[in-house]
Amino acid sequence: MFNEETLNKYKPIDNKIFSLIDDEGKPLDKKWQPSLSKDAIIKAYKDLLFERTADYMAISYQRQGRMFTYPPNLGQEAIHIASGMVIKNEDWLVPAFRELGAWLAKGVSLKEIFLYFKGNEDGSRFQAANRMLPVSVPIASQLVHAAGIGYAMNYKQEKAAVFAYVGDGGTSEGDFHEALNFAAVWNAPVVFIVQNNQFAISVPLRMQTKSINLAVKGVAYDVPSIVVDGNDIFAMYEVLEYARNHAISGKGPMLIEAKTFRVGAHTTSDDPTKYRTKEEEDAWAVKDPLKRLRGYIAHNKLYDFEGEDALIAEFKKKIDAEFEAAEQHGDYKLDDVFGYMYEELPSELKRQKNAIENYYQNSGGAK
Amino acid sequence: MKVMNLVQAINDALDIKLAEDKNVVVYGEDVGVEGGVFRVTEGLQLKHGADRVFDSPLAESAIAGTALGMAIAGMKPVIEMQFDGFVYPAMNQILSHLSRFRNRTRGKFSVPAVIRIPYGGGINALEHHSESPEAYFGHTPGLKVVIPSTPYDAKGLLIAAIEDPDPVIFMEPKRIYRAIKQEVPDEKYSIPLGKAKVLSAGEHVTVIAYGAMIREAQKAIVLAKQKGISVELIDLRSIWPIDRDTIRESVHKTGRVLIVTEAAQSYGPAAELISIVNEEAFLSLEAPPTRLTGFDTTIPLPLGEKFYMISPERIMFEIEKLVRY
Repeated sequence: MFNEETLNKYKPIDNKIFSLIDDEGKPLDKKWQPSLSKDAIIKAYKDLLFERTADYMAISYQRQGRMFTYPPNLGQEAIHIASGMVIKNEDWLVPAFRELGAWLAKGVSLKEIFLYFKGNEDGSRFQAANRMLPVSVPIASQLVHAAGIGYAMNYKQEKAAVFAYVGDGGTSEGDFHEALNFAAVWNAPVVFIVQNNQFAISVPLRMQTKSINLAVKGVAYDVPSIVVDGNDIFAMYEVLEYARNHAISGKGPMLIEAKTFRVGAHTTSDDPTKYRTKEEEDAWAVKDPLKRLRGYIAHNKLYDFEGEDALIAEFKKKIDAEFEAAEQHGDYKLDDVFGYMYEELPSELKRQKNAIENYYQNSGGAK
Repeated sequence: MKVMNLVQAINDALDIKLAEDKNVVVYGEDVGVEGGVFRVTEGLQLKHGADRVFDSPLAESAIAGTALGMAIAGMKPVIEMQFDGFVYPAMNQILSHLSRFRNRTRGKFSVPAVIRIPYGGGINALEHHSESPEAYFGHTPGLKVVIPSTPYDAKGLLIAAIEDPDPVIFMEPKRIYRAIKQEVPDEKYSIPLGKAKVLSAGEHVTVIAYGAMIREAQKAIVLAKQKGISVELIDLRSIWPIDRDTIRESVHKTGRVLIVTEAAQSYGPAAELISIVNEEAFLSLEAPPTRLTGFDTTIPLPLGEKFYMISPERIMFEIEKLVRY
């Protein structure tokens, strides 16, 4: 099991990557045994498969013109599913925008996610997800929120960790550095997770930083930091579990660079063929997280994959039902525009709302 | 009752809320041990503890952003931006997140944070220490923007701001921090946000101002009285929301209105106020609604401020023009 000794062996300055299984899913160290039970491993596999299926279907809904811009998760799912196994109900999840499997594990419904990307704030209500923040579009700006929540957890003497996500490009933002510094000074229980998927939309990592890796940026803030193979679900699980314990036992924040690859486009509005090569994509395809977990399971004969087509068919049915629920969500009302800006609608907003209502009445309803 | 200046009244409001509500915390640059560069938070750390009144690292974006984090986790942070010009690095957090979080999450998370900002010129300070950035906040949906001009109002408005469930920008006219003394009740009281106050009743001209410009307007009123001009002075106290009722009633009566702000002119609070006067009292007007504001220039360093800052004489000059129109 990952411990302090392991952490010390993977100093970011040495640029080593913590990994447990190879590209075929075989343990790198023959003596290694996963800390997850057989059932937990099979569940993780199914969850990963579900996230991928949902992602493909989301892209397809978008292509059919039934949803607006969507950021695919393809290739990065091991980070999300491992997060989902570690994050507890009392913990906080501070997302960027590409952590689908982790959100689902936190209790967000697919209907809500579809509704949000169909253009309705109702999709950020997250009714069944405790301590789940909304998607944050301004890059890295959410990380300082995590540091503040961390202060509150210490202040209120709650044993809960804050999991905050950002991409590789986000490590260039000031808020990334301010958040690491505040969390360190305040000894805040925050686990910072950088999903280094090699590209910030079109800009490759080599144009983003001169640092040897992204974890090294945490070292100067005295935040324990490590580079992890983000496509190895076992490695991600062990490091995240360690980081959570580290945080809730009063030892403060950690920074995890999860090295991965964004197989899809940045969003459905993007065309990756403009900025990356097929060779690069092929080199990462052999490291695919689903393939590697599948390899481990097959190698250890944990699960019989024969019923998988039926399982995927069942997933698709469920995903379609969630999408239909999102499509049948009620109309966007004028009240939804005004009603949530303040706890009580200020007189100025009442006046503006009355004016537009008056227009609708006199225009026969034309918008 | 105690005689207090603005600094003492604000300190008193913070002290009361810190004692009453353990979720209130006060932090920012130098607010802990030193008690703030203007001594507004003096003595509070000693009294309430270093986990409740403290110095944060020097990064305004994170000061504002962490306040959001604390607020959604059930706390009531009151943060200080050390000077008006230092709030700019925090604008992304204030405009993109604090003001929008309630709406973005359909009310699941609210942000009951207060951002205190000493603001305005006339104190012989360095660049970035004399700005009047209130229009940026008044223009941002989701915020409330409060500006007291007296110790009594400062205490009551700050208590209301801390108790408000939404983010409040609380701008303190630092030029008059110690210039005005007034009797302030010892006990807790609050003044509703968004309500203006008629400071003096008059017949011929309405002057609308707030913050440090109130004192200049009051001096101008003395000059006007000597010439037989009766001026009604409205202290706006809150620039968002704006109290339309008080403005309407006054302009109906006087038919003439002068807006005085220290902030630069274009797209500023005075423009907003003139629109409101036109919407609410157009047929009562006897003269064009007029504004006397800062120039559309960078506020000059101290030796040039005499040209920029608005004097009682300049206010009087505009009042006379309005009356003669």
